[in-house]
Parts: sequence; structure tokens; C-alpha cells
Amino acid sequence: MTGTSDSPTQPVIVLQNLVKFFGRFAALRDISDSFAPGRLYVVVGDNGAGKSTLLRVIAGLMQPSQGSVTLLGSESVREVASRIGYMGHAPLLYDELSGLENLRYFAGLYGLHDDGVCNRAMRQVGLDPDLERRVGQYSQGMRQRLSVARAVLHDPELMLLDEPFSNVDVHSAQDMAAILGRVRDQGKTIFVVTHQAPLMEAVADEFVQMSAGKIVSRQLMTRSAQPVGSVTGGQ
Amino acid sequence: MSSFGVVRATLMKDLRMEWRSKDAINSMLFFSLLVVVIFSFAFNPTAEESRLIAGGLIWVAFLFAAVVALNQTWARELRNQVLDAYRVSPAPPHALFIAKALGNFLFVMVLEILMAPLFVVFYQLRSIGPVWQLVVVALLGTWALVVNGTFFAAMSIRTRNREIMLPLILFPISIPALLAMVDATTMILTGDGTPDFWLKMLLVYDVIFTSVCLLLFESVLNAE
Repeated sequence: MTGTSDSPTQPVIVLQNLVKFFGRFAALRDISDSFAPGRLYVVVGDNGAGKSTLLRVIAGLMQPSQGSVTLLGSESVREVASRIGYMGHAPLLYDELSGLENLRYFAGLYGLHDDGVCNRAMRQVGLDPDLERRVGQYSQGMRQRLSVARAVLHDPELMLLDEPFSNVDVHSAQDMAAILGRVRDQGKTIFVVTHQAPLMEAVADEFVQMSAGKIVSRQLMTRSAQPVGSVTGGQ
Repeated sequence: MSSFGVVRATLMKDLRMEWRSKDAINSMLFFSLLVVVIFSFAFNPTAEESRLIAGGLIWVAFLFAAVVALNQTWARELRNQVLDAYRVSPAPPHALFIAKALGNFLFVMVLEILMAPLFVVFYQLRSIGPVWQLVVVALLGTWALVVNGTFFAAMSIRTRNREIMLPLILFPISIPALLAMVDATTMILTGDGTPDFWLKMLLVYDVIFTSVCLLLFESVLNAE
């Protein structure tokens, strides 16, 4: 772990009156909520519910129209950027480079210049670091795995993952869900946006339901995938 | 986070990708080659006439060709939305800009080195003034083109018709630099006066626009 949030009880993410407009359309509507460290949150909801927008606003890729986001105790995402890992809906990888070349470049952006880090990250997601094939020739499942490796490369405390299982076969998706569970067990906080909620039932700590730009419910889970309670509203 | 390390890593990555795809350099070479050949046959100038028109011809050809490389620069970052990976990292935005500008500078300089002998052959060019001054014009002028080009290409990446948008924004703002490059080149080739004023103007242009682009790039990178 590269560090921890300032205290074990301090929320990793605090959202206050978060609003995001695209023109006149409100993608996020006055969201206020907080998320504890060391847990795996699964954000679910219909298309257009605001899941990906919420993730992009948290990651600092979009500015909220109103409200604020506090990450790891800081209101400036740039200040804590090295403690956050983000995986977008697209793979965020260069097709013309091999898997290892991609990871080497992104590791350099975090000040990591040790090939061992890249090799470890690739092995962690079940990829061979010696594979010389370019990413453009990878299968969709391999790309998604490499994308996860890129997001965890710098050992972030908070991981934000947008649809990590899209276009991935069931077996690979189950493997990836298990990997995420192991990463959470190391004390990381993981925020996963997905349409394939059943895949995460075995490892999720909490399901966050979004609808029409709002968090409408939060359902706590046991590790045996049984819901143990819910909090409605999220405000 | 060392800016120098990020600049070097990004530059090496771009050079490796260009070496493998050769997208930018091939397009620039073919375009410049066409300009050299077509204008040579269309005007069939004498050596004396060539000295008078070559400055304009060379730099307009390189300006148009550079636009091809400039569009490629950011197109690579848009595929698979890789730019988002940079934006969420702690790497400084200005390091990305410097790396991209340096990469484009190298691509255009390679083009100029490859095309220079062809211009000499097709237009029977013999410089009357000192040739080393042409090298200074090429270095300052190329930087003037790519520093603005890299910046405005970044500005236009999220627009629908970015291939058209870039020249529309870039060409008007490049006019002072282009004027200095053409006049300095013509003076050196014809030996008619000294190009000192134009070289100083190019230097000032480079300093001003490099500073402004560096200051504004973070806003451009994070624009929605």
C-alpha cells in the first residue's frame, strides 16, 4: 500500500450536493454521500442513470456543475492522483505497444521505473509479461485484464473501475471479479460501475443503486453474497 | 514527479509508435514530394527565379505537411481514450505538451532534412548568402510551426471536424512566423541584405508562443 487515508474511519470519498449538467440535462442530481475505506462498492443502475458520469467526476475527469468531491481527505484530485487508480470504459491503452511497453510508460507517469512493478501487475491479472504481441492484437478479455493491471500498477488506495467486465467472457469476468476481491482484501477501496452485478455478488461489500442521476439505495452484503441490510436514499 | 522523466518517457513512446506505424512521416513525405514535383513542372523556374520563390514554396509546403503530423499527434491519444489515463495520473500537463511539441519538431525536421536535397535538385538552388543561416531559420521556424500546431491540435481534438479546424486556427496565427521564415530564407538565398531582423522576430515569436501555450495547456487538456 502506498499510504492510507488519514484515519481508518475517515471516508475515502465524500460527495456533497453533487450536480452535473450536460447542457440542460442533469446527469447527476444533488448527490450527497460518503464511502468508507477498505470496501468494494458496486454501482448499478440503468443506462443513463449517471453511473459513469459519477465515476468520471470522482476521478477528476469532469468538473461538477455544483457541489464538491473530497477524495482521501483532499478536495484537489491532483493532490491525491498518485493514490487513485482509474479504469475507463475504453481500455486506455496504446494499441501499437506491447502490454509491457504500455505498463512501462504508465508506470513512468507515477514515477515508477522498475520493470518488476510492471511484471508483477501483469502476472497479478494472469497475463504473461514476456508476451511481445501488441495490444491491438490482444483479445478483448486480455485488454480488460491489462487495463486492470494499468489501474493497479502504482498500488492505489482507491480504484475507480468503469464496466471492467464489458465484452469479456464469463470465465474471464469471474477471474477478474476474484482479482478485485483479493485487491480489496489488501485494504484498498474499490468502486466498480457495472451492468453485470451478479458477477460481483460474491465479493462486493455494498451495492449502490443509481437512478435518474441519484443514489437511490445502498445495500450492504455479507461475503457469502447475502444482503444484510439497506440504506435508502443515500442523501 | 520529474517533468523531465515524463517528457522523455512520452517522447520515446511517441517515437516508438511512429517508427512502427510511420503514419505521420509517410504522409508528410508524400505531400511534400508532390508539392516539389508539381510546382517544379508547373513553373519550370530558372535558378535566379528559384531563389526568389523558393522561400515561400518551401515553407508553405512544410506548413501544410506539418498539419498532417500535428493531427496524428493527438489522434493517437484519443484512440482508446488513452488521454484520460494521462489526465488521472499525477504527471504534469506541461510535460505532455513539451513531449508532443518536441516529437512534432523531430518529425518535421526529419522531413526537412529528407526534402532539402530534392528542393536543391528540382529548383537548381544555390545559396548566395551563408548556408548556416538557413539552418537557424529552419530550427526557429519549425519550432514556431509545431509549438502552435501542437497547442491548437490539442484544442481541436474534441471538435467534430478537427482535420479542418486545425488549419483554420493555425494558419492565421502562423502568418507572422511564416512571413519571417519566407523573407529570411529569400534574403539568404539571394544574398540580398541580412536576415537578422527576421531571425530576431522568429526568436521572439517562439518565446512568446511557447510561454503562452505552456501556460494555457492545462486548461486545454482538461476542457470538456
